Amino acid sequence: MKILAFGKIAEILQKDEMELSGPEDTLALRKRLEIDFPALQGMDFKIAVNKKIASENFRLNKEAEIALLPPFSGG
Amino acid sequence: MLLPGFGAEKQQLLAKSSVLVIGAGGLGCPVLMYLTAAGVGTIGIVDGDVVEMSNLHRQVLFSESDLGKSKAVVAGEKLQKQNSKVNFRIFNQRILPENAVKIIESFDLVVDGSDNFPTRYLVNDACVLLDKPLVYGSIYRFEGQVAVFNLADDNGMKTNYRDLFPESPDSDQIPNCAEAGVLGILPGLIGSLQANEALKILTGLGNPLINQILTYNMLNNSTYIMDLYPNSKSGILMPKNQEELRVTDYDVQCGIFQIENIPAEELESFLESGMNIRLLDVREEFEMPKMDQSSVISIPLGELKERVGELENDVPILVFCQSGKRSLLAASIISEREPNLKIYNLQGGINQWISFQDQLK
Repeated sequence: MKILAFGKIAEILQKDEMELSGPEDTLALRKRLEIDFPALQGMDFKIAVNKKIASENFRLNKEAEIALLPPFSGG
Repeated sequence: MLLPGFGAEKQQLLAKSSVLVIGAGGLGCPVLMYLTAAGVGTIGIVDGDVVEMSNLHRQVLFSESDLGKSKAVVAGEKLQKQNSKVNFRIFNQRILPENAVKIIESFDLVVDGSDNFPTRYLVNDACVLLDKPLVYGSIYRFEGQVAVFNLADDNGMKTNYRDLFPESPDSDQIPNCAEAGVLGILPGLIGSLQANEALKILTGLGNPLINQILTYNMLNNSTYIMDLYPNSKSGILMPKNQEELRVTDYDVQCGIFQIENIPAEELESFLESGMNIRLLDVREEFEMPKMDQSSVISIPLGELKERVGELENDVPILVFCQSGKRSLLAASIISEREPNLKIYNLQGGINQWISFQDQLK
């Protein structure tokens, strides 16, 4: 699946786009990312699946496009 | 103005409209300039800050000669010269829980150009309670976000910032512009998008970002729009009425409150130290997993104010929740009632504790 990262998340991943396979739902995806990128632990970010923000756990297929969206506060 | 879909009738709608702009900063300046130029009838400006040198690269309403002067006052004076027909209402003060309703209630629409989480959550909550559409915009380094909250789509569905992020991140997690730095053009672009959304909502033109959030990256010009849905957790920290809003401490909600934090990896040794301590779970009944400890008391945050008397006033308390934020709020409620009681917070909450346990396996 394709992962797009925004803001601080992209800084932690050191890229704003990457491919990933494995996680079968958004909860597993978050855990996997936290293991691969420990700086994400305790970070607030939202996961969007195919451009829909998923607040509950959501099943993923390998064609899914994922976006990782942190909150911004600047103005 | 001669434009298909935008004639005298739409112009008249703008002239009868009132818009409140929170913050006359990087976002607020372009919002104010375009709404003034467009001929919005009444424009409110809320900002308690004065102009500083470090603002000038992005806050394009201000000049070197304005240094030290009130942003709201200077903005009002300059904008009045831009369009003499606009009625400006100047609020030379910070928007706070105690004045938010009074400031917001007489306006048709609110544009948030603030620069910190406590203000953003306050403005969001006040707009939900007062049923005002809110045009949200924020920036981080080279990226921006824009959304329209609290306006129903064709199916009657409405969302707000708490459907996206129910709890505020700790303020130290996401630096603000002053700390993170920003090129001045970014807030110019994002503020212009906000002004555009406001104008569309007021005149019924096009498709505003209702139940959507747009992100923009100035380095590659990419935009990305995501759909937003109501979130079952959005109400957890949301004040239920105006009276609750008035007494909500948004600095506490946003982690600006000092308390002794216990990291998840130190919890076990902390509990085994032999110290007499109560554990207080402030999550809702349905939240899992439960902590397997005999000394856990469970009082959901919403009931804590009435039930704080159930706690012993001479036994230290370790408060916890799912992510470590509601527990901070709970700690402030308890410490208000029992100022001498020692209170600890489980940092990162149960989530952090679980991921620590997983690492041990």
